[in-house]
Amino acid sequence: MTKALKIVVLAKQVPDTRNVGKDAMTPEGTVNRAALPAIFNPEDLNALEQALRLKEQNPGSTVGVLTMGPPRAGEIIRQGLFRGADTGWLLTDRLFAGADTLATSYALATAIKKIGDVDIVIGGRQAIDGDTAQVGPQVAQKLGLNQVTYAEEILKIENNIATIRRHIDGGVETVEVPLPCVITVNGSAAPCRPCNAKLVMKYKYASCPLERQLEDPRADLYAKRDYLNLNQWSVVDVDGDPNQCGLSGSPTKVKTVQNIVFQAKESKTLTASDADVEGLIKELLDEKIIG
Amino acid sequence: MNNVFVYIETEGTQVAEVSQELLTKGRKLADQLGVELHAVVAGTGIKGKVEDQILPYGVDKLFAFDGEGLFPYTSAPHTDILVNLFKEEQPQVCLMGATVIGRDLGPRVSSSLTSGLTADCTQLEIGDFDDIKTKKHYDNLLYQIRPAFGGNIVATIVNPDHRPQMATVRSGVMQKAVYEGKAKNEVVYPEVSKYVSPEAYVVKVLDHHVEAAKHNLKGSPIVVAGGYGMGSKEGFDMLFELAKVLHGEVGASRAAVDAGFCDADRQIGQTGVTVHPKVYIACGISGQIQHIAGMQDSKIIISVNSDPDAPINRIADYVITGSVEEVVPKLIKYYKQNSK
Repeated sequence: MTKALKIVVLAKQVPDTRNVGKDAMTPEGTVNRAALPAIFNPEDLNALEQALRLKEQNPGSTVGVLTMGPPRAGEIIRQGLFRGADTGWLLTDRLFAGADTLATSYALATAIKKIGDVDIVIGGRQAIDGDTAQVGPQVAQKLGLNQVTYAEEILKIENNIATIRRHIDGGVETVEVPLPCVITVNGSAAPCRPCNAKLVMKYKYASCPLERQLEDPRADLYAKRDYLNLNQWSVVDVDGDPNQCGLSGSPTKVKTVQNIVFQAKESKTLTASDADVEGLIKELLDEKIIG
Repeated sequence: MNNVFVYIETEGTQVAEVSQELLTKGRKLADQLGVELHAVVAGTGIKGKVEDQILPYGVDKLFAFDGEGLFPYTSAPHTDILVNLFKEEQPQVCLMGATVIGRDLGPRVSSSLTSGLTADCTQLEIGDFDDIKTKKHYDNLLYQIRPAFGGNIVATIVNPDHRPQMATVRSGVMQKAVYEGKAKNEVVYPEVSKYVSPEAYVVKVLDHHVEAAKHNLKGSPIVVAGGYGMGSKEGFDMLFELAKVLHGEVGASRAAVDAGFCDADRQIGQTGVTVHPKVYIACGISGQIQHIAGMQDSKIIISVNSDPDAPINRIADYVITGSVEEVVPKLIKYYKQNSK
């Protein structure tokens, strides 16, 4: 028997650290954020796809995208709406800034409590800017929910129990978990569907208040079409404790950040010529470096 | 109180190698801090079967939790064990493998105890810390050192005020060694039901299937690794051939894995495997820090790259400037011609 599910997708806007060019670091050794495009965290897209499939299989279900970040992270909600999500929430507040994974999970968990009656919280296994994989389990703990990490596919949901196939080290596992629960999804899971042209037309101008200009030329449109007004929540809006948010809620502190300088070796430079390659092979064989 | 703890991971009654590597590291940290090294393991039917795989690495005290439902691993029972044990024992440091289990368990425990956790550390050291804001000085904190931001920088993280200071470390980053000093080797078998609530067993594992690793990349003396510059999955076939003639294994950079050229279990780097081979042949790898973190201890590094300024060339012993399509077949050919 299927039931209507309330699904929240955790998604993060991240700098695209996968395609880092030589100009990504400043000469002073800090990250040149301007040189990196901001994207939808890849594994969060895999999670969105699982959520949208559940919505299709369980009539009456809703999918909402929850993200935390600066106002421009509203783009993440739009990207979700373009693909079939029903709603979204942007957590944005200077008090959220500088959060480590624990403070981030606190903020997300308070928002999920505020959203209320959520059956499934689902997100990517990890974000490519931090690679920690910590936020999902920490949100689960804060909400007192069971968690299934490294999910490949949600096989079915029946009688309020989800059956999930997940990757483990050197193998696979199938587990049953009662709802509500938190699920994190691997990048090897099914890729996310592309944006739907009709939905792009519909939600193109959807935005959060902070993304708009003071005298926005589209003010009339926003007044007429309420679905273009995205939810934007501050610490106060989610009844959060400022001491548990952002930098002050973060037990981990960054002591130093360094651009690594590897000890340069004196290297022998060779060309691709037959003589050079054969010479190298002979040298390695002579010195018994290779057998 | 105040000791160093290592969480021991098992598959059945087999202790994970990463846990033994962490015991060796944990022993050094404990010696530096002047405290004991404690280990905690949880499983089903492990009593009498795992102790010999744990104690030789310098363990002063092992807490072995043996009970139904503790294997295969599920999050809640193992979390309950660590959280309740740590409330009693108040460790200052807790290390676990950056494995699927460690990365599922660590954050859950850290969230329960509101303690900081740093994932995928590549170095762990003990040192002092001065908080510029509060003007407080801290002695003997755990420096949790890891590449960050996609591996473009290295960050040193500390947890000044919260205990335990938790860190995960990937397999192969630390090296295991049987402890030559004297450790107390005490073993206790606490009653599981005092630590785990009955409701914790709610997630059911229907099917658990683990295969022995298909390759031994971590232990291979010769590694042929390919990057995004290999261009395709077919490009990697060439590397498998080279690895075969050299009796080595094939590895890959994250960019190559992300592009689908190679399986993820062959990824070398901070978020993959760390290798320490005799010879490392990097083909079409530019050398992001995240990759270099996983192979910089290779004895001889050979870089094949069409870009003479590829960052990896700086740490290479031999730099062959040329296309992989041209150079790799020549390496194969001349090895075949010249080896006996």
